[in-house]
Amino acid sequence: MMADLRELYQETILDHSKRPRNFHEIPSADASAVGHNPLCGDRVTVFLRLSDDVLSDVAFVGQGCAISKASASLMTDAVKGKTKAQAHELFQKFHRMVTGRPGDPVDTPSLGKLAVLSGVCEFPVRVKCASLPWHTLEAAIAAKKEIVSLE
Amino acid sequence: MAKPAKMLLNVPAIKADFPILQRKVRDRRLVYLDSAATSQKPKQVIDATTDFYSRYNANVHRAIYELGEEATREYEGAREKVAAFIGAKSPNEIVFTKSTTESLNLVAYGYGLKGKLQKGDEILGTVMEHHSNHVPWHFVKDHKGAVLKYVDVSDDGTLKMEQYDELLTKRTKIVTVALCSNVLGTINPVKEIAKRAHEVGAVCVVDAAQAAPHMPIDVQDLDADFLAFSGHKMLGPTGIGILHGKPEALEATEPLLGGGEMIREVHLGRASWNDVPYRFEGGTPNIAGAIGLGAAVDYLTNLGMESVRAHEMEITQYALDKIGRINGVTTYGPKDVKKKAGVLAFTIDNAHPHDVASILDVEGICIRSGHHCAQPLMERYDLPATARASFYVYNDLEDVDVLAAGIKKVQEVFA
Ligand SMILES: Cc1ncc(COP(=O)(O)O)c(C=O)c1O
Repeated sequence: MMADLRELYQETILDHSKRPRNFHEIPSADASAVGHNPLCGDRVTVFLRLSDDVLSDVAFVGQGCAISKASASLMTDAVKGKTKAQAHELFQKFHRMVTGRPGDPVDTPSLGKLAVLSGVCEFPVRVKCASLPWHTLEAAIAAKKEIVSLE
Repeated sequence: MAKPAKMLLNVPAIKADFPILQRKVRDRRLVYLDSAATSQKPKQVIDATTDFYSRYNANVHRAIYELGEEATREYEGAREKVAAFIGAKSPNEIVFTKSTTESLNLVAYGYGLKGKLQKGDEILGTVMEHHSNHVPWHFVKDHKGAVLKYVDVSDDGTLKMEQYDELLTKRTKIVTVALCSNVLGTINPVKEIAKRAHEVGAVCVVDAAQAAPHMPIDVQDLDADFLAFSGHKMLGPTGIGILHGKPEALEATEPLLGGGEMIREVHLGRASWNDVPYRFEGGTPNIAGAIGLGAAVDYLTNLGMESVRAHEMEITQYALDKIGRINGVTTYGPKDVKKKAGVLAFTIDNAHPHDVASILDVEGICIRSGHHCAQPLMERYDLPATARASFYVYNDLEDVDVLAAGIKKVQEVFA
């Protein structure tokens, strides 16, 4: 493989796209949102369980390219147990990384495993694929409704 | 597989006419396999537009001086070339628009919406249409209460003609169909479709965006009422499109754009219109675009449209054999090249079309991935997306070999 391609399709990314983590529905989710990229037909649904401000469980289902699937999988791992504000901050950093310039320093300490997606910045048309799950997560957080109990 | 020794067209000579094919992409030779989206342009076309701007730029139909006369002569000359290219009886049957999309909208608005259609009248389309032959008709439904019906496709990518016969009734006023699908490559039996439409008193609208660049078209033989195509897909510039209409069909169509050029007389509060086709060309037209299109028509005519079609059949056959037989690759649409244009949609097991396109991009290969502006068709086949390679006069069998090698790389990544 050529260098930039090897960057884009690293082992970790391929692994997460082939065996995505947290890849299931959460039947009693507190919130969920559907993200759709009509350009490529990618579709992702993110489910949340919240304990006060904390994302106590996060999962997703959907279909998409390797980049969007791996990004969703890595995201669910990364934000689980974080507060809404921390998740938002992580998205900001992630977004800065994938829209940055090739060679820009990557904030690996805060991004952790998400840093494997830094190669996306070499392929501007794929930024949407990598960020779709994150936008969907934000929508799910914003959409949180009080669960009405039917007693 | 043995390659045929010589192709019908002299591809090395053709390639040399296209400046962009000399460039490299990511340090690789550019292998352009997305002509169904837009074609590349030969220097003859580029020179024709440059020549207009640098030697005789002036507005058409107005200026009383030499430059204006030259510009008008070339602009109208392009109309004559296009008319001859598709066998129209007169250049007056050719309307210049900006694209296939505008041409189809002109028919939907001017003939459907502002024209004689009544509430409950039916418009019959097909599920394989490009969005530009779906959405304008939605407007007619929404604003006029027309009823939309659609002919389905079979799994082999051909239209269900027996269903067409069932759906076609006295209520049908417009039948609209692509001559050639931009995803499946299917060449539809439009002559037969138009004939049957006429039998119930309907007009037939043809989207020839994927056909006019690639095969001989004879509007007399097809006998459709309207036929739309785009300059940029047939070696011409962007921003110039064509609507061919039978004289009586164009007379029954109201203009979309009011303004200069399309009028005969204007008074406060009222105006009378110019003759067809000028009635539909309100405002200063894309003069350079039309002149470039004229040069593109000359280029294709020089090659000969029969040869262009035969050349693409040869490449398509080779691609079906070579790519269609790779394990784990699925191709869509007819497998018989007599029924298929040079468009090959495919998917690779375990690889999303977007990943396929990115990996091929790094190899210098341009293909398309996505829904190809044909979402209803993708839904019909339950596909979120496909990859698509499409061929034109500057492609050869070696380009297919490069694509096949690229596909193997994709398979290695996702093994
Ligand atoms: C079958 C078909 N119809 C219509 C169009 C629209 O053409 P344009 O974008 O030039 O208006 C296309 C272009 O992709 C097409 O393939």
